Amino acid sequence: MKRIRFWGTRGSLPVALTAAQVRRKIVAAVRGATGRVFASDADLDAYVDGLGVHGYGTYGGHSSCVEIDTGGGEYVLCDMGSGARAFGQATLARHGPAAPQTYHVFMSHVHWDHIMGMPFFTPAYIPGNRVHVYGGHAALEEAFRRQQGPPSFPVDFSAFRADIDFTQLEPNRPHDVAGMTVTLMRQNHIGDSYGYRFEAEGRTVIYSTDSEHTLADPVETDAFVEFFRNANVVIFDAMYSLADAISVKADWGHSSNVVGVELCQLAGAKQLCMFHHEPASDDDAIARVLDDTRRYEQITRTGKPLLVTSAYDGMEIDL
Amino acid sequence: MEFTSRRYADFVVAVLVGRVNHTNSPGLTEALAPLLEAPEDGVRGIVLDFAGVEYISSVGLRVLMIASRQARAQERTIAVAALQPVVGEIFEISRFKHIVDVFPTVRAALGQYSRPALAAYDGPGGPAGS
Repeated sequence: MKRIRFWGTRGSLPVALTAAQVRRKIVAAVRGATGRVFASDADLDAYVDGLGVHGYGTYGGHSSCVEIDTGGGEYVLCDMGSGARAFGQATLARHGPAAPQTYHVFMSHVHWDHIMGMPFFTPAYIPGNRVHVYGGHAALEEAFRRQQGPPSFPVDFSAFRADIDFTQLEPNRPHDVAGMTVTLMRQNHIGDSYGYRFEAEGRTVIYSTDSEHTLADPVETDAFVEFFRNANVVIFDAMYSLADAISVKADWGHSSNVVGVELCQLAGAKQLCMFHHEPASDDDAIARVLDDTRRYEQITRTGKPLLVTSAYDGMEIDL
Repeated sequence: MEFTSRRYADFVVAVLVGRVNHTNSPGLTEALAPLLEAPEDGVRGIVLDFAGVEYISSVGLRVLMIASRQARAQERTIAVAALQPVVGEIFEISRFKHIVDVFPTVRAALGQYSRPALAAYDGPGGPAGS
């Protein structure tokens, strides 16, 4: 495995910046630059980088879609949220429509925000492409077909010309896919979700979204700690604050930054990447959560440091 | 984690010492249970003295949240007092200050809720007088 690319990082619903929000960012950046002299492009880049993602960009954007670049010739994707549209366009731009590609798609579950990119995933309409969809749910294929049936969408599933198949994977045992060892684990979410552990070439990536950790059962906590054990990166559903996750939003099926840090610390993971951001949170709020979470990691650290990051559309993590 | 409690008029002050983590949080649940199970005893609330608490994990915070919910159902109060700076940050980052009332000292908490309890706490039987 070479790197992780994020194509969609918002939870529940895609989020777009408004003109007013863009304007505020520009005003703040210009105000911050007042009196400065940028002698080179590098100086300017350094200033812009210093604004942070929330200052020069956005945590965006699309709903869940994450690419794992294996370094091989086949594509690996986690979830088919709205980010799958941009991902599909990027692969077409890279290879052109005439060069058939293989896509392996691992589904956490089939709630709407995780499948809504499929109708806009252009490679699925091109003959010769192969799309292998994997998941723990029996209703995997039904969910994809149903969202394109009338009256929900004008283009039926039968319009896809790629070879598309669906495979239900058995949890808690290794599967060999695209040169990786893949293990999935059932998670606490309405209708269930599945977390994935991807292992190859001595690297481990965990994709664990839409997962509520009730904290009531030590056996369950220990199982997740083992699942996350020594991972290079844990992509983790940190949608809510801990207080919300265990009170007003208990049983909503999501977790918090605090629990993410604790599980990663117990598991000896190297990086926690917060994911599935609350759509009601603006970029400044997500940046504050990142700062808070880094501080929380610092004050609760008992072993090696845990790197804490917050995913945004376009972010890459080298493995 | 050590847990001791003492009644002052219509409030109980519970003193916790040590780390409240994934391992010993069930012990906190057990320790709080007797204080929450006798609504007819005239106790109107509990103040948790956290001066000796070095750390509390998410599981420990969940125990406090459940205890707070249980106390509210009995029209009682649970408050936390005298947080060490690190624990104060944990409460802040987890947004737990929205779940339970937090006071700088036990005296401030008792003063907010019950003058008789504060008088008893400051009296000969309280920590300052004993």
